[in-house]
Amino acid sequence: MNSTTSISATDQDAHQGDVSKMTIQEPINMSIYAKRKRTNLIGLFLSMSAMTLGLVFLLWILSILFFKGFSAFSLDLFLNKTPGPDSVNGGLGNAIIGSLMIVVSCTLISTPIGVMAGIYLSEYGQKSKFSEITRFLNDIMLSAPSIVIGLFVYALVVVNAKHFSGWAGTLALTLIAIPVVVRTTENMLSLVPVSLREAAFALGAPKWKVSLSIVLKAARSGVMTGVLLALARVSGETAPLLFTALNNPFFSLDMNAPMANLPVVIFQFAMSPYQNWVDLAWGGALLITLSVLGLNIFARSYFKEKISV
Amino acid sequence: MQTTLSPEVISQNVLEIRNLNFYYGSFHSLKNINLDIKENTVTAFIGPSGCGKSTLLRTLNRMYDLYPGQRAEGEIMFKGENILNPKQDLNLLRARVGMVFQKPTPFPMSIYDNIAFGVRLYEDLSRSEMDERVEWALQKAAIWTEVKDKLGQSGLSLSGGQQQRLCIARGIAVKPAILLLDEPTSALDPISTGKVEELVTTLKSEYTVVIVTHNMQQAARVSDFTAYMYLGDLVEFGETEQVFFKPKRKETEDYITGRFG
Repeated sequence: MNSTTSISATDQDAHQGDVSKMTIQEPINMSIYAKRKRTNLIGLFLSMSAMTLGLVFLLWILSILFFKGFSAFSLDLFLNKTPGPDSVNGGLGNAIIGSLMIVVSCTLISTPIGVMAGIYLSEYGQKSKFSEITRFLNDIMLSAPSIVIGLFVYALVVVNAKHFSGWAGTLALTLIAIPVVVRTTENMLSLVPVSLREAAFALGAPKWKVSLSIVLKAARSGVMTGVLLALARVSGETAPLLFTALNNPFFSLDMNAPMANLPVVIFQFAMSPYQNWVDLAWGGALLITLSVLGLNIFARSYFKEKISV
Repeated sequence: MQTTLSPEVISQNVLEIRNLNFYYGSFHSLKNINLDIKENTVTAFIGPSGCGKSTLLRTLNRMYDLYPGQRAEGEIMFKGENILNPKQDLNLLRARVGMVFQKPTPFPMSIYDNIAFGVRLYEDLSRSEMDERVEWALQKAAIWTEVKDKLGQSGLSLSGGQQQRLCIARGIAVKPAILLLDEPTSALDPISTGKVEELVTTLKSEYTVVIVTHNMQQAARVSDFTAYMYLGDLVEFGETEQVFFKPKRKETEDYITGRFG
């Protein structure tokens, strides 16, 4: 090291007459700067093209969906039940009602369970073995293929009851929704600053009170968002309902019987050779897409609004 | 400092700390502390960062108990009971020994409910009694006139200085015997700081106040007694006037005069 510096110093002395000016030169190396700019441009180009590729396919899907689905949109779509092949005036009314009933009951069951489990993981068992295992299993459940969950409920409920039912469908969707709610609840609660918990403890509040009245309350909009996102996720699930709720060509409010629902109706109608069924399948697909989109937008704007306060 | 203490005021010890040692895991952070805190006085803990003054404060309501691996040994006598006893009910202790923190921590609820939250934990008051209590606490904390028309608004809508006074009001509202203040003004502007300091001096007629501060002028202004701590040791403890003007120990003098190495 020492020898190199001394050599370069003598080099400068030798080659440049008035060195005094050169020694206070700014330490900017233009070639390093230019190289960095080039790297930046390449990186920007690659990420932009990746984004464009993704967007092109998304917009392609959405535009075909709108184009084909919009023609099926009418009052009949909401009011009439699913028609027979090649008949007129059919709708998706029974499937819409069935989907709503299944998804709403799934939300009512999975929200308290998921939120309470999230509170446990975040507030009570941060480092215990039990909660580590729970967290690990929850992550597996998060990425479990939904068809596996459908088959599980089929084997557990449908086979034993000897008939398909709305409740079986609800159970399958609940098993998919709970891990999502658990994960988001835990994440949102862990964002609440420790100082807020300490402040509540400092008033003599017991732990359950701190968890429910302070921590959960501080994170409520985030937890709500998690619930809504879980709702959006399950409302499009087809595979688990295929094995559980199946389908029903009539209006039915009986959760103990097979129940019509949008995903399965779309699945069956889209594969049929009948034009009116295929049209309805497009309409149903658009309807689900719009509701999921609406839920997502609502969840995100609700969350954003709450966080700025 | 602003009041000469009459003998009957200084006679009563509300807290007696004996041979207190504190450990963060294996780190020995408070070394054999002996200290008396007298009723209706303001006691300040001063010292450089990491000297253990906040740790000492957090043993007084056993806030450290929230975290595994932190433990205290020794005795802290409060009203004839050793609060370090494992059987001590922590919720009751914290209701009697309140605490206000460095950063304002309003709860995500209305200003009214911020005050009422702590009161509801231990008292069953009628609506009008609760209204009175909330007004009383906000008056005490010198913030009533600023918030009386917006009690239903979120506590988070207040400014930093107002939030801190709201937190002090919340601590007063449960009528603890002792109020612990952990650098209550370090996040505040000079005007809010002045208001909080004024508040501290008025509070001592009804409460015993223990305050941790980085600001030595503040300690001199508000406290009756001062404890100077360094690296986990209690270097000097005495009446504030004596500690600041006639320190017995060379280290204290160096710190107070700013010659600290």
